[in-house]
Amino acid sequence: MEEKNIHDELAAIRSVMERSSKFISLSGLSGVLAGIYALVGAAVAYIAVYNDAPPYTDNEVVGSGVTHTRDYSFITLELIVVSILVLVASLVTGFILTRNKAKRKGQAIWGKLSQSLLFYMAIPLISGGALIFIFLLRGYYGIVAPASLIFYGLSLVSASNFTFTLVKYLGLCEIALGLIAACLPGYGLLFWAIGFGVLHIIYGSMMYLRYDR
Amino acid sequence: MKVPFEKLDKAFENRLRLQIMSVLMVNDRYDFNSLKELLETTDGNLASHLKGLEKEEYIVVHKAFLGRKPNTTYEATEKGKEAFRQHLDALEKLIKQQKIN
Repeated sequence: MEEKNIHDELAAIRSVMERSSKFISLSGLSGVLAGIYALVGAAVAYIAVYNDAPPYTDNEVVGSGVTHTRDYSFITLELIVVSILVLVASLVTGFILTRNKAKRKGQAIWGKLSQSLLFYMAIPLISGGALIFIFLLRGYYGIVAPASLIFYGLSLVSASNFTFTLVKYLGLCEIALGLIAACLPGYGLLFWAIGFGVLHIIYGSMMYLRYDR
Repeated sequence: MKVPFEKLDKAFENRLRLQIMSVLMVNDRYDFNSLKELLETTDGNLASHLKGLEKEEYIVVHKAFLGRKPNTTYEATEKGKEAFRQHLDALEKLIKQQKIN
């Protein structure tokens, strides 16, 4: 047996082990873009909360005995719209880029692996989403940033068995960040921007450099 | 020094058999259709090599039904896993020797 043959043999083993057990078509570039969308979204949200809000002096009329509660409903609506736009843009970008990469790598986009990946991601995401929704209804707005980071991190860790190991480390970072955010109320938007923006850009570019090309 | 070709498992001489075994090393079970898609081969070719591995007792076959559709899955046996590891060891030794020569 020639050396070249043995190397071919080993390459075939390796490729088939990887393709059969890991969803290697996940696109790193889509992570970078999702991070950028999240940063833009966070900037819009920041402007909405701190600039468009009625001037703080509205609340200063306490002395007269009349308390004006600031009307947050339009800001809340704006924030919800921004989050949905960021989410949809990220999902669409992720889907298109991952589909292209799957074609290039010869891996089925809707196969055993991507199904397991989505299933294990969905469990923490849906339970976390439901929990956040319940707490929102009860008026605990402070829970949104830490809980969304923690549950997103858990979903990444639980899905990481089916894709690159880097995803696990990204998940662990998100969980840590979520716990720190829980200790520092009032900085939710900042942590949210770091977790969904900066971390996605860092890990997305690492994945892009290592696996996309 | 003699090159230990005899340590290479004859059952893995065929590339497709080696690939089937590789898949079953990292996945508990794998079904026929997914194997066919992954390895880009034909029904007949895949079936005959699976038969071969089954005869060596390197894999076991589980036949089940998903609704009314037959769903056949394959699993590597301990014997098969050990044989695969030895085959890899033999390949490794070959490479090392070629580096020395």
